[in-house]
Amino acid sequence: MASSELEQEEIRPPQPPGFLQWIRENLFSSIFNSVLTVVLLPVVVFIIYQVLVWVLFQANWKAVTQFPLLYTVGQYPRDQLWRVGFIFSGMILMLGISWGRWGGLLRSITLAAGGLLLVVAILPVQHAELTLNMRLYLVSNIALALVGYLIGKKIPIKSYLIFAAWFLIPIIGVILLAGFESSTLIPPVQTTQWGGLLVTFLLAAGGIVLSFPLGVALAFGRRSSLPVVSAFSTVFIEVIRGVPLVTILFMFSIILALFLPAESRIDRLVRALMAVTVFSAAYSAENVRGGLQSVPLGQIEAAKALGMSNFKTTIFIVLPQALRAVLPAIVGQFISLFKDTTLVVIIGINDFLGIGRSIINSDPEFVQLRTEVYLFMALVYWIFSYLMSLASRRIESAMGVESNL
Amino acid sequence: MTKRLIPVFALLIVLVLVLSACGGGAAPEGQTVVETVVVTVEVPAEGGEPAAAAPAEGGILARVLDRGYVVCGGRTDLAGFGMLDENGRNVGFDIDFCRAVAAAVFNDPEAVEVVPLTAADRGPALQTAEVDILSRNVTWTSSRDAQWGNFTTIMFYDGQGFMIRKDSGITSTDEFDGATVCVTSGTTTEQNLSDFFRQNGMEYEAVIFEESAAVYGAYEDARCDITTSDKSQLASVRSGFADPDAHIILDITISKEPLTPAVPHGDDTWFDIVKVVSYALINAEELGITQANVEDMKSSDNINVLRLLGEEGDWGYTDLGLEPDALANAIAAVGNYGEIYDRYMGPNGISFTLPRGPNNLWTNGGLIYAPPIK
Repeated sequence: MASSELEQEEIRPPQPPGFLQWIRENLFSSIFNSVLTVVLLPVVVFIIYQVLVWVLFQANWKAVTQFPLLYTVGQYPRDQLWRVGFIFSGMILMLGISWGRWGGLLRSITLAAGGLLLVVAILPVQHAELTLNMRLYLVSNIALALVGYLIGKKIPIKSYLIFAAWFLIPIIGVILLAGFESSTLIPPVQTTQWGGLLVTFLLAAGGIVLSFPLGVALAFGRRSSLPVVSAFSTVFIEVIRGVPLVTILFMFSIILALFLPAESRIDRLVRALMAVTVFSAAYSAENVRGGLQSVPLGQIEAAKALGMSNFKTTIFIVLPQALRAVLPAIVGQFISLFKDTTLVVIIGINDFLGIGRSIINSDPEFVQLRTEVYLFMALVYWIFSYLMSLASRRIESAMGVESNL
Repeated sequence: MTKRLIPVFALLIVLVLVLSACGGGAAPEGQTVVETVVVTVEVPAEGGEPAAAAPAEGGILARVLDRGYVVCGGRTDLAGFGMLDENGRNVGFDIDFCRAVAAAVFNDPEAVEVVPLTAADRGPALQTAEVDILSRNVTWTSSRDAQWGNFTTIMFYDGQGFMIRKDSGITSTDEFDGATVCVTSGTTTEQNLSDFFRQNGMEYEAVIFEESAAVYGAYEDARCDITTSDKSQLASVRSGFADPDAHIILDITISKEPLTPAVPHGDDTWFDIVKVVSYALINAEELGITQANVEDMKSSDNINVLRLLGEEGDWGYTDLGLEPDALANAIAAVGNYGEIYDRYMGPNGISFTLPRGPNNLWTNGGLIYAPPIK
């Protein structure tokens, strides 16, 4: 018996290195590395210890923990919060369905979101905004995600329907958030009341969704053989790329208002969205153009030889290959767009950063707590940027793009 | 041909963008004013808007009434004046004034939309009548009065002062020579500071930050001897320090900062309405009318009280198109001038404590004075 066990062990594949072996290989592989480890280890431990002591005992997180609703929805009327909750639940449900359909990274994201909701829901603290109803709402969202998972797993829903639903959520969301003039059920809520993460996401999502097609159009426009189209695209791209986003925001926020009559004024949030979109479109256009140039001429000639029209050649042959080639660059552009939305603070829109600044400055006591608030906001921005970059890597590998990441 | 035109186009667009940057950063130039005038003339020709939305000039009151609420240019990031409470509601000294106007016009202090404005876009927002009232801690100056809009009544007398640490040993500004001063960049505060030191033949070293929170952080960390700002702001900051008593705000005031709500040019009736509301708040304090007793005061035997509350005579409401009890409603909504002040900056104020000083009534040795309501 003993010998047969031994034989079985010999058949097994080599074991992954153990903890000690990992340490030996990575930290003490040579004399120089050993010395380096011995010298640096206390430094690292000391830094981590100090950071932990500060985070847990010295820092005062009051300005962060006291206003969860301000950070998430800004000034949105508290008696109309169900609208935000409705949209959030819709997204959670779609996240669950997508998880059931595709799994992979979506599973991790859904589980992380569910875990976060659960932790917040059962936090053993008294909090004015964490009422029983709010806790129940958070828990019910976890259930909703699971329901979505089962639906996605059991019922074969067409992929394009799920994509369409994801696309519709923000559109329905904006309509629901804005409300209607004559409605008592969903009365209008001015966009100056919107704020916090809600506005950051709206600007980022809106900017990405709107700037991408515009960027593709500009990329084609720049390569166009029609002189007017190509001149316009070139001037547009080069001018926008040559000017800082701050300037464009000011132009849309202030100069545009000077040219329009008082009554046909464009909403401030829309003006900011236009500025962000235009800015991002110019950069997307150059990314896409890079992709277009990478498509070998032979592909186009082959498509022509098969009798495909110009339009079909572009849509089915050129564009898919071009976009695949520049996907990392485009996602990078989207991540920077997400962070660039913080600049709308300078035109008086209270996005996530703006709300943080307002909170710091609303109470003299909180001016002293600005380090904590800014660290918290940096962490939130990092989480979402990192999620986007993770997602892009998955998409890249799914599309077979070579990646060194 | 087109290729030759490209640089011309590019140059033109760049020029527009550069101009926009200038207009945004500093006080707007003369040319922006010209632009507004030209554009308003062109409106009816190109606007595809319904005919009802015609008034560009002279129709602010009509637009306010049509809309059903007052658009108030304010801010959300200045303790005491314009800030957010924990429910995200706009509160503050400046915001309460907008609520008073809304209460006078609509008998509803909530009929207000507060548009947060930055220092850069507050001027254009008023010039283009994007806001009906600008109540955002704005100093009334002659050039702003000429360019931006009409300034109503000075509601708060502020001025730039200095804060020093008590243990620094400095007792007066004569000992400032060679000091380091923490100051926000690109503001009139910075300019006033340099003027002050130059006039007095003293040298200083400036420690400059973009954001005010960073300025006071640096001051508290003893990276400079002195910090300077409007005195109300200094009082606010001091109250947030770990040990407020270790810091002194010197008595000297080196600039005049009359903080005044303003309205866009072009509608005298609206201008008058906003002014009469400010007069009412001040007169109410003089006459002892408060938020709590405003109903009882309607049967007062003081003729001036009765006039203000619309029980006797006409204080002008017929000509302004308001209800007789409009001013009573404003006081019922936010209280009189002193009550608004105390709510945020009084001894038990929400934000910080700042003695009334020049913002006392003229009868108490201050500067707050308003024409009679009759």
